[in-house]
Amino acid sequence: MNSFLGINGIRFVALLLVQVIICSNINFLGYINPYIYIIFIFLFPIRDNRMVLLLSSFLLGMLIDMFLDSGGVHAAASVLLAYARPVLLKTSFGMLYEHQSIKFNNTEIGSLFTYISFGTLIHHLVLFSLEVFNISSILLILKKTLFSSIFTIILCILIIILFSRNKK
Amino acid sequence: MQQIINFVIRNKTFLLFLFLFSIALALTIQSHSYHRSKFINSANGITGGVYSFSNSVDKYFGLEKENELLSEENKRLREALFNLNSSVNNSFIDTSYSDQTYRVITAEVYKNSYSLTNNYLTINKGKNDSIKQDFGVITSKGIVGIIDNTSGNYATVLSILNKKSRINAKLKASNHIGSLIWNGDSPEIVQLIDVSKFAPVKVGDTIVTGGQSAIFPKGIGIGSIDSFETDISGDTYTIQVRLFNDMTNIGTIYIIEHQDRAEIIDLENSNNE
Repeated sequence: MNSFLGINGIRFVALLLVQVIICSNINFLGYINPYIYIIFIFLFPIRDNRMVLLLSSFLLGMLIDMFLDSGGVHAAASVLLAYARPVLLKTSFGMLYEHQSIKFNNTEIGSLFTYISFGTLIHHLVLFSLEVFNISSILLILKKTLFSSIFTIILCILIIILFSRNKK
Repeated sequence: MQQIINFVIRNKTFLLFLFLFSIALALTIQSHSYHRSKFINSANGITGGVYSFSNSVDKYFGLEKENELLSEENKRLREALFNLNSSVNNSFIDTSYSDQTYRVITAEVYKNSYSLTNNYLTINKGKNDSIKQDFGVITSKGIVGIIDNTSGNYATVLSILNKKSRINAKLKASNHIGSLIWNGDSPEIVQLIDVSKFAPVKVGDTIVTGGQSAIFPKGIGIGSIDSFETDISGDTYTIQVRLFNDMTNIGTIYIIEHQDRAEIIDLENSNNE
């Protein structure tokens, strides 16, 4: 329990700081930013309580909102992602999830990719819809979602691979 | 009763999700309305502390550009000063009475965003420096925005690159006024709408602040006309304005306080009653 708190606590703070200090200032091509803090939600231990996950993702999203002055858009998107996570896990990992035996350190890269991609797309779609908040700008929303998602997915997978190999 | 409790226990995850999601939605919707005091903004100790740390590292990379800007401004101010001296006779200035209408405070930008649809800046001056809501914010080149939320040591600035922003502006050549808005597309171009069709609009002309709102003094530069078209009804121009400021690179700003602002607003309110 202690190491669970420790690892996730450090991950929470580290991702928050990296997000607000570095990743939100990249502005690639003027508007493309990766939102890597959702790695926290992706890597949250599966056997642990879903209520804890929901509450901590809400808190994480809220803190990001506070830093970026964006109202509640990150909180909403994170909570939705956290709630949708079991479905995503089931579709991308299948039997492994049924047996509750997923270890993110040594899963197939294919399943991990599906999992991260779907999660990121859902999160970014909600995020940008709420941020633009105007159904007539649907093309702008889709454009932002697509490009930022590509950026986020690549970074997320790189970070997960980089850090999980070290621990072994 | 038993059944209700059972229902709650069975669906506790879903209920918690609904609860948190609706809080987030409420905050989002609230943030889309103008000047509602918000709980979630970056004018507070935690975010201010983190941003001040990151700014203390970050600002060294822009020092050269910053110096250039300052010396350019110094040059302009000196020119203005020398030209002023010849026309004003100092001996008649009564020092017991100050008729200074505007107070200027400098501040540093801790956070700047320009890629969202509603952009805000965070700066390092707040209530302790008598900064209040609705003070104007400019740089040496042109306007930046209006103070939105304040805390003890920090404040957020509603950037002109924000869909909620509406600023009174006019053509420099004539006195035709309009409202400055942003359509969310490019951080270099803003729109001036509701300009009368009788205005002499030419590409390349300068747009300045109108001075009708008691926020900005009259005549602060905004940008130059990039292109213009009449709107559908044909009565007004919509003008694309290219900003003088590079909104993606702002280091030091000036906050302007209109000393008689309260008096003007009181007067206008009493007219409305």
